[in-house]
Amino acid sequence: MADPLLRVDRLVRRFGGILATDHVSLDVARGELHAIIGPNGAGKTTLISQLTGHLAPHAGSMFLGGRDITGLPAYRRSTLGLARSFQITSLLSDFTAADNVALAAQAHDGHSFRFWGNARKERGLRETARAALERVGLAGRADVLVSKLSHGEQRELELAVALATKPQLLLLDEPMAGLGVTESARMVKLLSELRKEVTIVLVEHDMEAVFALADRISVLVYGRVIASGPPSEIRQNEEVKRAYLGDQHVVVKHG
Amino acid sequence: MLLVVEQILNGLQFGLLLFLLAAGLTLVFGIMDLVNLAHGSLYMMGAYFAATFVACTGNFVLGALLALGATLLLGIVLEFTALRHLYGRDHLDHVLATFGLILFFNEAVRLIWGPAGLALPLPPWLSVPVQIVPGIHYPAYRLAIIVVALLVALLLYLGVMRTRIGMLIRAGASNREMIGALGINIKLLYTLVFGLGAALAGLAGLMQAPILTVQIGMGENILILAFVVIVIGGIGSIRGAFIAAVLIGLIDTLGRAFLPNLLRQVLSSAAASTAAPALSSMLIYLLMAIVLVLRPEGLFPATRR
Amino acid sequence: MKASLDVRSLVAGLVAAGLLLLPLYSALSGNVFVLTLFTRIVILALAAASLNLIMGYGGMMSFGHAAYLGIGGYAVGMLAQEGVGSGFVQFPVALAASALYALVIGALSLRTRGVYFIMITLAFAQMAYYVASGLARYGGDDGLTIYKRSDFAGLINLSNRVQFYYLCLACLLGTVFLIWRIVNSRFGLVVQGLRSNEPRMQAIGFPAKRYKLVCFVIAGTMCGLAGALLANNTDFVSPAVMYWTRSGDLMVMVILGGMGTLFGPVIGAVVYLLLEELLSQITEYWALIMGPLLLLIVLFGRGGIMGLLGRLNRG
Repeated sequence: MADPLLRVDRLVRRFGGILATDHVSLDVARGELHAIIGPNGAGKTTLISQLTGHLAPHAGSMFLGGRDITGLPAYRRSTLGLARSFQITSLLSDFTAADNVALAAQAHDGHSFRFWGNARKERGLRETARAALERVGLAGRADVLVSKLSHGEQRELELAVALATKPQLLLLDEPMAGLGVTESARMVKLLSELRKEVTIVLVEHDMEAVFALADRISVLVYGRVIASGPPSEIRQNEEVKRAYLGDQHVVVKHG
Repeated sequence: MLLVVEQILNGLQFGLLLFLLAAGLTLVFGIMDLVNLAHGSLYMMGAYFAATFVACTGNFVLGALLALGATLLLGIVLEFTALRHLYGRDHLDHVLATFGLILFFNEAVRLIWGPAGLALPLPPWLSVPVQIVPGIHYPAYRLAIIVVALLVALLLYLGVMRTRIGMLIRAGASNREMIGALGINIKLLYTLVFGLGAALAGLAGLMQAPILTVQIGMGENILILAFVVIVIGGIGSIRGAFIAAVLIGLIDTLGRAFLPNLLRQVLSSAAASTAAPALSSMLIYLLMAIVLVLRPEGLFPATRR
Repeated sequence: MKASLDVRSLVAGLVAAGLLLLPLYSALSGNVFVLTLFTRIVILALAAASLNLIMGYGGMMSFGHAAYLGIGGYAVGMLAQEGVGSGFVQFPVALAASALYALVIGALSLRTRGVYFIMITLAFAQMAYYVASGLARYGGDDGLTIYKRSDFAGLINLSNRVQFYYLCLACLLGTVFLIWRIVNSRFGLVVQGLRSNEPRMQAIGFPAKRYKLVCFVIAGTMCGLAGALLANNTDFVSPAVMYWTRSGDLMVMVILGGMGTLFGPVIGAVVYLLLEELLSQITEYWALIMGPLLLLIVLFGRGGIMGLLGRLNRG
């Protein structure tokens, strides 16, 4: 692949005696929507955590836009254009939705060693926040405290926060987790619009969504990539079928 | 040479006493996740009880044993009435609540025993110097402290590592719900563990009493050191507490004894006199700072849940 | 601080007004003691406000904040002893020394979190206590008497009780105002965000430690100012002012008043110190009551006084 946006090269991560990430390699092209699927416990979140810098790999390397990010801390990767949403909703619960998104914008708008001016009145940040919220359909809930938002709204907010950092690469860890039918459909529609603007790596259990959206799919089982390719290939892959053994229709809803 | 050996033994003795105090603290923190600042107050109560009971009975050993029992009882009562409400709460809540207890204990002691301290004189058979090696004498009492403390350390180790109760204690540290599900009375377990911690603190206090004065606030000074021991050794780890405590005891004692002279070789006498006490006090904290930079979890962190 | 007429703002306003008018009351009633009492209260309120910045807004539970009272105080005392009596030198030195200490201690302590952090800050403050006790030249354990208050060359006379009181009050209100601006600024939002959810903040691109450290240094410097004022107030400084139980007192004031609120620490300081004063006049054993009282506050008093008023507001 010519110049992938994200290149993962033989990543290894152990937990005690368990090989959670077993020499994982994959490439994600610019503009692609790449899905990572696999049974529970396959090590998907571990992989994402290593990609974002929250967890350090024991061996292997990662490259973003050709640049080696293996040793970089999380906040540095964010400035380089890597954004993530968390599997278990992780927002600033005592702030409003708008605050959450504006802070993300603020992180990418120069330094924050400004001690005087009221940050909530900064037009630029608030505009970016509003735009991101509108994108995900939360414009009407901008001034609501996160703790008062519904689960579905919080998932959407996670997305808005990630978008506000104007990323090159969006890592989404089960954005549909815990969503009802209507909300899931909305999320799928949202993602299909977003994929035109930003490269997406999507970890998901919702197979319908995955097969509808993905350009390419990688299948992770016991920390190893057992197959990687376009959906049509994956659908027919014997190993994959075995790994899922009838689970293909089961949409695991969390929460 | 004599002086060095004596100071090393003093350092060991101080370190072992610190260990007794730190062991109780780290047990309670490791198992019940409770930060108990009033641990120093239990240390103080051990000393006060000892001074009182020895004076009453006229017998040192009897008085000491009674004091130990009294502190154990006090710890259990404390846990039962006040501290068990703190389990599961924020550590800051623990800090503040037990801080309130310190104030209470200090005042209560002042009420009962008065503001001046007490003295705990040693019986003659403990005041004699003992010849440990030909040519080297060491006070019998300090030797006794070392022996008793080492014995307790051994018992603790065996108790926690080899007995069923010890297994429960260690398991309790890693999985409370499981222990509860096994039908074991976790409340009772916690009370007993706290009692053990209190007894250890009381023991340290009463043993130290004849050497230092028994006074209000004596717990606070040494409590900080106990926390430093735990930070360096690793919270929840008895082994870590032992090594760190002995290390700190040695460094502190040897530092205070020899640093002034050392400094005088390098600096002028006046500068050395000013710097030495300050520097000696700082040694322990410098060590803690170094450990923090290199290994923030401590030297021997217990496997956390 | 929203410009709404809720109970909390009302109470804050009343307290501020009361503090402003206190010297008038003192002059009219001839009660000088109340003026010296409240000077001390105002200074400690300043210290509490600085602690609230890192504790309430930053989520950094520092149990060693009293160290700055000592550092600020000793800066004044030591310089006075060496013949440097000018406040224009003493106060900046007090602030600089506090900032430096905060920088070093903060860089080390912020490598830990939770209860470790609490204990480490405690230990370092105690270290400062012992160092001060060892300074024989500056009184050691007995402390250092300050024979002449900081000289501000005719600008203000610290020996005049009323002037000194208003200086302290100005410092307090100025600091609270500064904290208000900081808390709502970009920096303040980051610090509050870090308190709320640090991994999330890292994920969106904020280097956490840097911001926490700067916040820590700002708070330490502000408390250093309180230390310099306190030394002037008592004409004396000793290691005891840094003893760890003093840090505990400050924490209690912050929590009692309402952690993370703007005026909470001021109210907390006023209430705590007045209570201490009143109780000690009633009974010699006031600490006996104070102790369990603290326990009860912790167990049941969520949000402190400001929190209580806030609930009244809604109900």
